[in-house]
Amino acid sequence: MRNDMIYMDNNATTRTDPRVVEAMLPWFTEKYGNAHSRNHAFGWEAEEAVEAARASVARAIGADPREIIFTSGATESNNLAVKGVAEFFVDRGDHFITSAIEHKCVSDSMKSLERSGRKVTFLGVDREGRIDLAALETAITDKTVLVSIMAANNEIGTVQDLAAIGKICKARGVLFHTDAAQMVGKQPIDVEAMGIDLLSLSAHKIYGPKGVGALYIRRSKPRVRLVAQMDGGGQERGLRSGTLNVTGIVGLGRALDIAMEEMETERVRMRALRDRFLSRIRANLDHIHVNGSMEHRIEGNLNISFAYVEGESLLMSLKEVAVSSGSACTSATLEPSHVLRAIGVGEELAHTSIRFGIGRFNTESEIDRVVDMLTEKVNRLREMSPLYEMVKEGVDLQTVKWNPH
Amino acid sequence: MPYSDKVVDHFENPRNMGSFAKDDKDVGTGIVGAPECGDVMKLQLKIVGDRIVDAKFKTFGCGSAIASSSYVTELVKGKSLDEAQDIKNVQIVEELALPPVKIHCSVLAEDAIKAAIADYRKRQGAETGEPAQSAS
Repeated sequence: MRNDMIYMDNNATTRTDPRVVEAMLPWFTEKYGNAHSRNHAFGWEAEEAVEAARASVARAIGADPREIIFTSGATESNNLAVKGVAEFFVDRGDHFITSAIEHKCVSDSMKSLERSGRKVTFLGVDREGRIDLAALETAITDKTVLVSIMAANNEIGTVQDLAAIGKICKARGVLFHTDAAQMVGKQPIDVEAMGIDLLSLSAHKIYGPKGVGALYIRRSKPRVRLVAQMDGGGQERGLRSGTLNVTGIVGLGRALDIAMEEMETERVRMRALRDRFLSRIRANLDHIHVNGSMEHRIEGNLNISFAYVEGESLLMSLKEVAVSSGSACTSATLEPSHVLRAIGVGEELAHTSIRFGIGRFNTESEIDRVVDMLTEKVNRLREMSPLYEMVKEGVDLQTVKWNPH
Repeated sequence: MPYSDKVVDHFENPRNMGSFAKDDKDVGTGIVGAPECGDVMKLQLKIVGDRIVDAKFKTFGCGSAIASSSYVTELVKGKSLDEAQDIKNVQIVEELALPPVKIHCSVLAEDAIKAAIADYRKRQGAETGEPAQSAS
């Protein structure tokens, strides 16, 4: 990759921290044992490293190490949580609740449950992207098995009131799962204080390697059970077969240790960078809208609509900056983001939205360079935009009769 | 997604970007697409007699939409109205090497030509007292 490129897409993935890479290296070439080999030192040292990482994961979310299983990432964790719980508790009920702004690995897992005859309620969200707690209460029935609500949204960064959701679920005796891939390591999360029964996390969102994650499964009050979704050697207490990715797991543990250690200072720094970005861009450009909540938000995320400038053309103009329009997972499609639609952003504005993911390795001077480039490119594209011209002429675009094709 | 060199060239150096006065009687204006679909093209043709002597565009849309409209302004110049009316979107697809997912940009550009011609004829008709054709 060109080294003059600025990477500002840290909600998609992050650069692996060199300290994490350093911790991982010996586990490729020197300590390559299988953590399940019980009869030699190679296996023992691998197992020891895996258990140390398990303790790091547990510590980061206030859990017990025995409640953590390793997976290939948040997608697998989310599939296992939703489908595994549904399968185990088939006699308890057939109703599931989730939100309209989940990542596809949760919403499509829910749709898969629907295809097998279960009922799923997709809760709407308000303009900030938060679910309505009263609507959640109303949606729960005596057939409800699981509520799955993401901790922080990948597109707009909105953080849910997890403690309140957990409290409602506990009171009604339903399980609470949260996809915390965007939250863990960035803001405090505690499975006890928040009443979380299952939690998914991923290493590559927090400066760890890709291809490794974990699922927290509560052991008591209540004891959560689930059915494995993959057959094999019965590793991870039978819940996730397959030889453990020892190198990746070591990386996940180290990444979490660093994230937890630096969380408070990083939150302050991220917020300062974000505020600098926003105040400068607001000073330079009119007709811009921040999507989501400024109050309940992970610090590094900004999702901005640049009215009258189509997002893909803006991305094409920003050759030296890596950002994304909508969510990275859907950027190959032309459909506007389901998240922006759910928070009530009109389609015409959704098409003009860019997600900026500010991260650990971004600097103040990078923020300033991105603001300068954005200002220049948005102005150029607005000069080219018939919509901006009409607005300047005083035309109300809502009253125009368009010819959609 | 990678763009063809020609799309990038039109996007970086758009040809004939801008506007003519809308009320100029020699100008036909076609506006096609919709903001909620993510693309709106405005194509204006300056017509003398039966010939397109100049063209300008403004486009809200992706790089391929901007390139399609930029290319079309070059394509129509010097053509008679009937010749311009016959321009097909495949010509644009081939020239710009548009991928399947971007074919609709070329369709929109073809529609913009037809809409601009229809607008011109309608306005000319209105001026000469003939019944106005309706723009599609």
